[in-house]
Amino acid sequence: MIPELGHFALVLALAIALVQSTVPLYGARTGDAALMGVAAPTALAQFGFVAISFAALVACYVTSDFSVATVFENSHSAMPLIYKFTSVWGNHEGSMLLWVLILSVFGALVAAFGSNIPATLKATVLSVQSWVAAAFYIFILATSNPFVRMAQAPFEGRDLNPILQDFGLAVHPPMLYLGYVGFSISFAFAIGALIEGRIDAAWARWVRPWTLIAWICLTLGIAMGSFWAYYTLGWGGWWYWDPVENASFMPWLAGTALLHSALVMEKREALKVWTILLAILTFSLSLIGTFLVRSGVLTSVHAFASDPMRGIFILAILVLFIGGGLALFAWRAPLLKQGGLFAPISREGALVINNLFLTTACATVFVGTLYPLALEAMTGAKISVGAPYFDWTFGPLFIILMIAVPFGPLLAWKRGDLKGVTQRLTAAFALAVIGVLVVCVVEGRPVFAAVGLGVATFVIAGAATDLFERTGLWRAPFPIAARRAVGLPRSAWGTAFAHIGLGITLLGIVGETQWGSEQIVSLRQGDKVALRHYDFTFEGTSTRNGPNYSEKAVHFVVRRNGEVIGEMVPSKRTFPARDMTTTEAALMTRGVSQLYVSLGDISQDGAVAVRIYHKPLVLLIWLGAVVMAFGGALSLSDRRLRVGAPKPAKAKSKPALQPAE
Amino acid sequence: MTRKQRRLSLIAVGGVTLAFAAGLMGWAFSGSIKFFNSPTDLAEKHVAPGTRIRLGGLVVNGSLVKNGVDVRFEVTDGKHAVPVTYRGITPDLLRDGQGVVVDGTIDGTGTFRADTVLAKHDERYMPREVAEALKKEGHWKEGEANQTGAATRTP
Repeated sequence: MIPELGHFALVLALAIALVQSTVPLYGARTGDAALMGVAAPTALAQFGFVAISFAALVACYVTSDFSVATVFENSHSAMPLIYKFTSVWGNHEGSMLLWVLILSVFGALVAAFGSNIPATLKATVLSVQSWVAAAFYIFILATSNPFVRMAQAPFEGRDLNPILQDFGLAVHPPMLYLGYVGFSISFAFAIGALIEGRIDAAWARWVRPWTLIAWICLTLGIAMGSFWAYYTLGWGGWWYWDPVENASFMPWLAGTALLHSALVMEKREALKVWTILLAILTFSLSLIGTFLVRSGVLTSVHAFASDPMRGIFILAILVLFIGGGLALFAWRAPLLKQGGLFAPISREGALVINNLFLTTACATVFVGTLYPLALEAMTGAKISVGAPYFDWTFGPLFIILMIAVPFGPLLAWKRGDLKGVTQRLTAAFALAVIGVLVVCVVEGRPVFAAVGLGVATFVIAGAATDLFERTGLWRAPFPIAARRAVGLPRSAWGTAFAHIGLGITLLGIVGETQWGSEQIVSLRQGDKVALRHYDFTFEGTSTRNGPNYSEKAVHFVVRRNGEVIGEMVPSKRTFPARDMTTTEAALMTRGVSQLYVSLGDISQDGAVAVRIYHKPLVLLIWLGAVVMAFGGALSLSDRRLRVGAPKPAKAKSKPALQPAE
Repeated sequence: MTRKQRRLSLIAVGGVTLAFAAGLMGWAFSGSIKFFNSPTDLAEKHVAPGTRIRLGGLVVNGSLVKNGVDVRFEVTDGKHAVPVTYRGITPDLLRDGQGVVVDGTIDGTGTFRADTVLAKHDERYMPREVAEALKKEGHWKEGEANQTGAATRTP
């Protein structure tokens, strides 16, 4: 009964989506307020029915209803409740349902909170968003129905892939989807603007919060995925330039560019056409990401689907939305009026550089990811593009971009003073040089480490300089500076934090890749191995039974300079339901660095292959992403986004002297 | 500057950046592309020792020997077999008779020195390239494996 209810609710959601995708749009074109008014209630109803459908699927999983095929394939009655819940989206069908759930959440949010958006634009946006929704409902119902029943219900499920039985599955996919799908709103706004043939600063202000929410979620989602891979796969890697990683990274790069160009549009009415294009491209990359991951054209940890029908279906959706979006852009964009003028050396100029490098970096990742597919389709040759390609194309571009980062916020709008800004950045630059020298003297390590560390320091110190300048910390007495700091727009704090986060992540990357060390050894009980200042003693083994697995663990006592600092217990888990073994690494946090021990094979004679890593500064990689997301959240809380552009400003509510942003 | 000059300078900066990126890409591509080969490919066409390639097939039954962290096994597509050596910890599901993909180089004696081993991480999973190579040699039973599941890599 419950699965049928879920299925039926999904069909109803499709029906509503079809109404929402046509009626309000027609209303907006003919100026019929009643028809336009259909948009908001249908968006809310759509969300309601998808939520019922999703809840029904959750109920099937939580109650282990193995008569439903996807539950049988991906769940097990002995799994802890949280994994029963998260396994809802640990497979293709369920994850697509999560995708549309989030899509409908965003639609409902626009309907509920978009009260300051003009009626015609709102109706158009919700309609466009509903096209996407309808396409995916049809996709799910036609090719990936999660509610399909089995003729005979088995007694026990086949268990969730043990790698996915982790807290990471509770966070990573929903966050990533919130990001991907959130960009559908920017896309809908861009298409709406093209259909209306009108776009202005207010448009950028309406789009910005949605883009920011999506960007924050995507940042956290990617970071969580990276962290999850790091601790769960057992080889200590946190980024492999795997096609599916790239698939999530490309929308992030384009989305970051979009955030910055929307800023120019909002403040200066410039870069209109470019911003629209970026909004279309960002969501296109999200769709391509979905395609790459879901179609099974790529072999990887994330490839759930193998049904070619699904691949073709998603490809059709891709062609429809990307092709359609770009065609509409080509047709309508020339109608948009040109915006404000600016000198090359200015805040706008700096943001153009930002966009140029972000999109170019994105393009290099795109080529590296899709070239093997294109080559195979054309010549049949099978190649793989390794990590060095990405390191050597993306790396240099991003380093140049990061050197430019501190200049941007310090330059004035319209016409900037590069010399003045350079002078103000002297302290930050000096700090970076000191950092480089210290590294060279102390570590004597190669150029990359020194350059990376210098750039990271420069970015962090540069962002701090911006805050000091705005509050006048160096010139004014402290109470005044503190008052200014409180009065500073949240978006200024947001910018600084996001940039500092970027620097922190780079620090972590430099630390982990340049100063990390590893040992791969075969050990027996009583053996000792040393790594950096630490040594690890194999004390013994133990076994234990979990709910749906059995575990064999090895106990290591860790000493630093002879003093015991703790115990590390890596293990191997065997899941009988799938006859699979997983490696559970042991991690010990030392400040922001980590020790990492994972096990290989345990042979008959008691010898264990062990991999031991020292990973300096590794936690900074993800901490930086969290700081970036926090910066985004601060920016989101800026009052100008809540107040809304078109309302007349209340004379008293704004301070007389608002710092330049 | 006039609007036109500004636009030109913008295009110039953009052009330089793109040219720089294209240069980087061309240069980086030359060093990081690995061609996929089946054991038959290796037997039939000469691959220069030292060239980085990717090799895929099934682990020959009984060939997998682990001596601490030194691992050796043979990879076959049913027609030819290539000996592979690897130093490190292999994925949990590297077993006799299972599909595997390895990255590395051929040495002078015809042994493949792997620096990365990718093995299936799910009993239902088969690397796509391996499945195709096996189909080519007629050792593929339809429905033997679908591609659901996950690969684990050990670099």
